[in-house]
Amino acid sequence: MKFGILVNEGPYQHQASDSAYLFCRAALARGHEIHRVFFYHDGVNNATKLTEPPQDDRNIVSRWSKLAEEHDIDLVVCVAAALRRGIKDENLAPNFRISGLGQLVETGIQADRLVTFGD
Amino acid sequence: MLHIINKSPLDRPTLDSLLRMGQSGAVLLIEDAVLAATQGHAAAEKLRALMTKMQVFALAPDLEARGVSDRLIDGVTGVDYGGFVDLVAEHPNCQSWL
Amino acid sequence: MTTKKFMFVNRKAPYGSIYALESLEVVLITAAFDQDVSLAFVDDGVYQLKKGCQTKAIETKNFSPTYRALDGYDIEKLYVEKESLEARGLTEDDLLVDVTVLDSQSMGALMEEQDVVLSF
Repeated sequence: MKFGILVNEGPYQHQASDSAYLFCRAALARGHEIHRVFFYHDGVNNATKLTEPPQDDRNIVSRWSKLAEEHDIDLVVCVAAALRRGIKDENLAPNFRISGLGQLVETGIQADRLVTFGD
Repeated sequence: MLHIINKSPLDRPTLDSLLRMGQSGAVLLIEDAVLAATQGHAAAEKLRALMTKMQVFALAPDLEARGVSDRLIDGVTGVDYGGFVDLVAEHPNCQSWL
Repeated sequence: MTTKKFMFVNRKAPYGSIYALESLEVVLITAAFDQDVSLAFVDDGVYQLKKGCQTKAIETKNFSPTYRALDGYDIEKLYVEKESLEARGLTEDDLLVDVTVLDSQSMGALMEEQDVVLSF
């Protein structure tokens, strides 16, 4: 089955990004496909490479980048939400790309299920 | 339909909203919502009411993280993330009550 | 392109958070993709349709006019939960656009029919 994922909250403040990541990993382990992960609202803050968590904490941003690398997942950051929050191409973490809300709608159309994680 | 709730019912009214509007299918409690499914919790009665029309699941890793795994009320089934994925796949549609 | 049934469930009051405004953005884009679009207003989301919003003093753009413009984009399925209105002392007369008021059961049944439900 093909899943689309929507992440509405930033890293560390809320559990949303962690839950979404663990859901994606479990879906991939079950043999499903992650069509796209769309980062919206404060969720765009999951995409900055400037993130530096303490050494004993998980690195939420690089974890997403790595998952995308290993499983060829499309990580899309909403352009309007990103620009409002200072997320631009120059500080984008690997394997994320910035695009429009049409990408969210498209994943709603193309994926078999769209699962939302937020606050 | 699979309904996903992620907040404690003492913090957000989403469980009440689901009680009014939920028809059938299942509800999965994740994140802080798992607290509702514990013995002696003020919302446990609401969950029992919900069970009359839908199946109720709680995400076990979130129960464990909050130290309440051993307090899960009867009728609620604990699932891991793989079980979460299966629930989404088994139901024709899903909704996150944020 | 495939046509799916998209429902936008609006549960939060406007201006206290960005969700109401962002919901409108996605609604307009979804309509541009020729999808079957419905908007549901439940819980504090019913305040999004309240007449007479004046946002000058909070220095924020008033997006009430966008709800009036929806029907120009062929977005005509606006549903409001009756119980949510009643719990807030509101009636249909307090709303700035024509809506269909549904009881909780009917609203829930409509949600079940959707392919994609986005909660804001």
